[in-house]
Amino acid sequence: MPLKDRIDTPDVVIGEETQIKPFTMNFGPQHPAAHGVLRLVLEMEGEIVERADPHIGLLHRGTEKLIEYKTYTQALPYFDRLDYVCPMNQEHAFAMAIEKLLGVTVPRRGQYIRVLFCELGRVLNHILNITTFALDVGAITPALWGFEEREKGMEFYERVCGARLHANYFRPGGVAQDMPAGLAEDMLDWCDSFPKFLVDLESLLTENRIFKQRTVDIGIVSPEDAQDWGFTGAMLRGSGIAWDLRKSQPYEVYDELDFDIPIGKTGDCYARYLVRMEEMYQSINIMKQCLAKMPDGYVRSNDYKVTPPPRAEMKSSMEALIHHFKLYTEGFHVPAGETYTAVEAPKGEFGVYLVSDGTNKPYRCRIRAPGFPHLQALDFMSRGHQLADTVSIIGSLDIVFGEIDR
Amino acid sequence: MPDDSLKDLADYISEKMEKYVTGHSFEKDELVISVKPDDIVAVLQFLRDDRECECTTLIDLCGVDYPERPERFEVVYCLLSIRQNHRVRVKIAIEEDQIVPTVTNVFSVAGWLEREAWDMYGILFAGNPDLRRILTDYGFEGHPQRKDFPLTGYVELRYDEEQKRVVYEPVTLTQDYRSFDYLSPWEGMTDMQIPGDEKAAVPPHGWKGPAKENDENAGGQDNASEG
Repeated sequence: MPLKDRIDTPDVVIGEETQIKPFTMNFGPQHPAAHGVLRLVLEMEGEIVERADPHIGLLHRGTEKLIEYKTYTQALPYFDRLDYVCPMNQEHAFAMAIEKLLGVTVPRRGQYIRVLFCELGRVLNHILNITTFALDVGAITPALWGFEEREKGMEFYERVCGARLHANYFRPGGVAQDMPAGLAEDMLDWCDSFPKFLVDLESLLTENRIFKQRTVDIGIVSPEDAQDWGFTGAMLRGSGIAWDLRKSQPYEVYDELDFDIPIGKTGDCYARYLVRMEEMYQSINIMKQCLAKMPDGYVRSNDYKVTPPPRAEMKSSMEALIHHFKLYTEGFHVPAGETYTAVEAPKGEFGVYLVSDGTNKPYRCRIRAPGFPHLQALDFMSRGHQLADTVSIIGSLDIVFGEIDR
Repeated sequence: MPDDSLKDLADYISEKMEKYVTGHSFEKDELVISVKPDDIVAVLQFLRDDRECECTTLIDLCGVDYPERPERFEVVYCLLSIRQNHRVRVKIAIEEDQIVPTVTNVFSVAGWLEREAWDMYGILFAGNPDLRRILTDYGFEGHPQRKDFPLTGYVELRYDEEQKRVVYEPVTLTQDYRSFDYLSPWEGMTDMQIPGDEKAAVPPHGWKGPAKENDENAGGQDNASEG
């Protein structure tokens, strides 16, 4: 049957001056380019996005509420489950907030181990972001290559804490346990071989014509807009603002390490990709320095009111046994007070606003997730772009719903 | 401890914004400024535009619930200056049904953050163009992060095979929610006067019962030692 007869309204003239009605389109929540459970209601004028209204909260688990009902030790693993792509970076913020209220200091070796694994987390995060971003715009090979390398990094996580994802490794006062023998050497080997992979990855993407067509001049954010919309991390640096908490408000041992902060010039999706790419080289550089400089010694504070005593000591010392029992039933009490402590997580500034009322549970634990403001800005970034460009922008935002929905 | 530049900044803000700022304090090395709820827009505008402050980014906005206070909620604005490299925290205290002026005109990022504060605490922001719920379910009732909202919530949902759809039902717990009293009895004892022990030192805090005339004993320390 010819097409003309199948159309119910025969008076439709296809061709000149056909008015397309603006329509609303539902994108997600089960869509491979939605990076999780993003439901996007798009108001379209033909192919052009007029308004994007992200509906979030499909992964809302009430983390902040749950934390108020747990002791500080029990609350820590919730941070692994926020941004599950780089769990340790978030534990770091919570552990540092508690340490600040308690006035506990972390031994040097513990600090180096923390920085080492934070930077490993940054590399793992950026691998996932860049490769899935490339997948969104049509390149499948980077994802296949990237996940192989990423798995090697996850193995380091597993060796140091026993879990690939939900690490629960950074504890208030230090880290849970020392690195096992041989891990430092293997990590150093990986740090030597990994840049080769990055070069390969860049050869696939950086000068790739299709990749550039999909990302250059897409989703441009001016430096003023970036600040107005609360951007942090690579999103802010992609817009040309040299801001990194590791440099400007250094924590742990970052002020003793030598690294550069890459910034983008154009503020588009491509600039954000370039920033993340260069950050991986810098992170590998930091990891090497950490492994070279790491001193021997304790990995966590010796204040047994906060950190558990060694198991061997518990076999012979009554005091140690009591401390252990108290820590794992009642938990430690944190003096009343409040703090906003932030770290430079791979996605941006991850902050914890912790209010303590002097008991063993947090009174209020507000989690400042970097992805939340970034996703909010999707509306103004994608306005006037085509639908396919929205996918590029979402890819360059680096969103993970664990942290946005909390 | 706060460094001198932050102390200077605190004095500067207090002086310039004398009409609005009701006080400032330092939490460890962090500057906290209290203002009256109606003045929040003016203060944030000043903090953003002033050359000394230049807090161009609103990092966070959140509510805190203190049910025992007459002004039940606190709204906390965390500001960051990228150029000056400092942080300022601004707080307002509001009553339960008091309406806060929106700051979306000063910081665009406040849009969703205010939506979240409304969703979680029921704090109303006047002038926010899009004050819908954000994190909770479509059609959700209540404000889950209030201290009087139970952790388990009121409804649970499951897929009903017969009706072929998701149904909402009141929460039924198959076992009691485990909320242990972790506080040790020895520390609990410091807060009360044990009957028959009236001659003992009255603790400096907590229960202030009938044995009040022994004032010289009032400063006695609690001797519940650890472990």
